[in-house]
Amino acid sequence: MGELVQTLVSGIAVGSSYALMGLAMVIIYKTSEVINFAQGEMALLSVFLTYMVLEYYHFPFYVAFPSALAFALLLGFFLEFAVLRRAKEPNVLGMIIITIGLEMILMGFVSWKFGAEPKTMRFPLSPYDSLSLGEIFVSSLEALTFVVALTLMTVLFLFLRYSKLGIAMKATQQNKMAARLMGIRTNRILMITWGISSLVGCTAGLLIAPTIMQPYMMWDPMLKGFAAAVLGGMTSLPGSVFGAYIIGVVENLFGGYVSIEFKSAVAFFIIVLVLCIKPSGLFARHYVKKV
Amino acid sequence: METKNRTIFFEVCNLSISFGGLDALNDISFEVHKGEIFSIIGPNGAGKTTLFNCINGIYKPDGGHIIFKGQKIQGKRPDYVARLGIGRTFQNIELFTHMSTMENLMLGRHRYIKAGLLRGAIMWAKRSFAGREEVAHRRKVEEIIDFLDLQSVRNKFVGSLPYGTQKQVELGRALAMEPELLLLDEPCSGMNSEEKQDMIFWIKDIQDALGITILLIEHDMKMVMDISNRILVINFGKIVTEGSPEEVQKHPEVLRAYLGEQDNLENIA
Ligand SMILES: Nc1ncnc2c1ncn2[C@@H]1O[C@H](COP(=O)(O)OP(=O)(O)OP(=O)(O)O)[C@@H](O)[C@H]1O
Ligand SMILES: [Mg+2]
Repeated sequence: MGELVQTLVSGIAVGSSYALMGLAMVIIYKTSEVINFAQGEMALLSVFLTYMVLEYYHFPFYVAFPSALAFALLLGFFLEFAVLRRAKEPNVLGMIIITIGLEMILMGFVSWKFGAEPKTMRFPLSPYDSLSLGEIFVSSLEALTFVVALTLMTVLFLFLRYSKLGIAMKATQQNKMAARLMGIRTNRILMITWGISSLVGCTAGLLIAPTIMQPYMMWDPMLKGFAAAVLGGMTSLPGSVFGAYIIGVVENLFGGYVSIEFKSAVAFFIIVLVLCIKPSGLFARHYVKKV
Repeated sequence: METKNRTIFFEVCNLSISFGGLDALNDISFEVHKGEIFSIIGPNGAGKTTLFNCINGIYKPDGGHIIFKGQKIQGKRPDYVARLGIGRTFQNIELFTHMSTMENLMLGRHRYIKAGLLRGAIMWAKRSFAGREEVAHRRKVEEIIDFLDLQSVRNKFVGSLPYGTQKQVELGRALAMEPELLLLDEPCSGMNSEEKQDMIFWIKDIQDALGITILLIEHDMKMVMDISNRILVINFGKIVTEGSPEEVQKHPEVLRAYLGEQDNLENIA
């Protein structure tokens, strides 16, 4: 029994970092229907620059982390403005392919600049500290990730639903032309969307880095985050978070009781299953593709 | 007809645009006075919608000017033109289909909303700035809902509404922007005769009660002759004639063009 509960709790813990990546992808998808495969590598770049600031220039955490977030925001703005917006006669598929190109460029850059060997990221919390509740253990880093994911989900949810900007984003997604005729600067909205999304991705990266840090560190969380977003219906913030928990838990159960080799493939098995049974995702409300 | 010393409200000069060899608009010039209903007629593919698209910035014309209240607006972005006070409805309805009527109309107010960082603030602070602002905008939207008789569909998703009602919502959304110039692209197409009567009534009222200048594209000749102050006729992207309804319907080319349409003919005669 205790072992099962432990497996569930660890599943939710690992799901929290997927959740952050899922949130990041949902934000961009919500406004532009683009699946951003560069999400992980955008975070990767921010994380490695943070590493540089901490290790080479010896700045304290309270400088390094906020600057990392600021950098991520600007990186998002920049990529949307300088790359995606330049696409001539853009369509969603073309945009997705651009993000794959970006992914490769960013990954290549990080590998070239910092090398492929694993590094150790300093962090205010050690990943080996843990909290215990009876026989159940979670590392304090996992607990932090869990809290951060839920907090960001709530803040983003309220922000997108009630702020002027959030409403403009919703309008942009539903009908870009009509949004522009309402006086909404849709280009600027997309740019801000990319910035916020990059910021959320960077938060995920910073929380993942203390446990594993090398150029491929974001690939798995990004794919799992994507899977979580699909489970949640691609447009729902809470959906992607709960999708991530489901994936984390099932993955851990599968790894613990069935087969450790196929643990990672489980996420994709779940996606296929969900897409067969309920193609709009588990949490989508009234979302239908506009024509 | 035109007086020299009036400040020009809206003017199009020598406007041209072509799409790969096809001259969709060729040297179009006309002027619209404040407060009038100015109609644009012509057969299918004449370039009427293209003209609207140039005015509100969806297309960038190849040549010529468009001047609104003394400012050149050709080649400006649609959101910029919208903020200057030019509203529009579309031939093929462009609504936010997964939002309610109310939400669509509130988006018409979007350019006026200042606070709204937490629109939900209204829930717990009706007297906060955001709360008061929200209340004011909702009141404005309620007026429009009353005006266009949309009470019964205010909280329905517009995607599920009948075609004619969607056209009404789109008109309401354009009105919520409080435009000075309103472009209506076939507001009556696809409507039954009762809906059409209502629409004609509202368009007149928008002119009389709200004082909004209207540029109208419409195929229904009776309606056009009935409500327009002046009419511009175009064909193959070129101007055929321009003038009052009486003048225009005497023009030989107009007579010829609409000769085939029996019901329209007897209305004109
Ligand atoms: N984006 C575009 N690309 C290519 N050709 C275009 C484009 N937009 C319009 N055209 C062409 O310009 C011409 C004028 O089209 P437009 O839509 O303005 O006609 P219209 O007068 O509104 O006709 P209708 O009464 O059918 O609405 C047509 O031949 C059309 O095919
Ligand atoms: Mg047309």
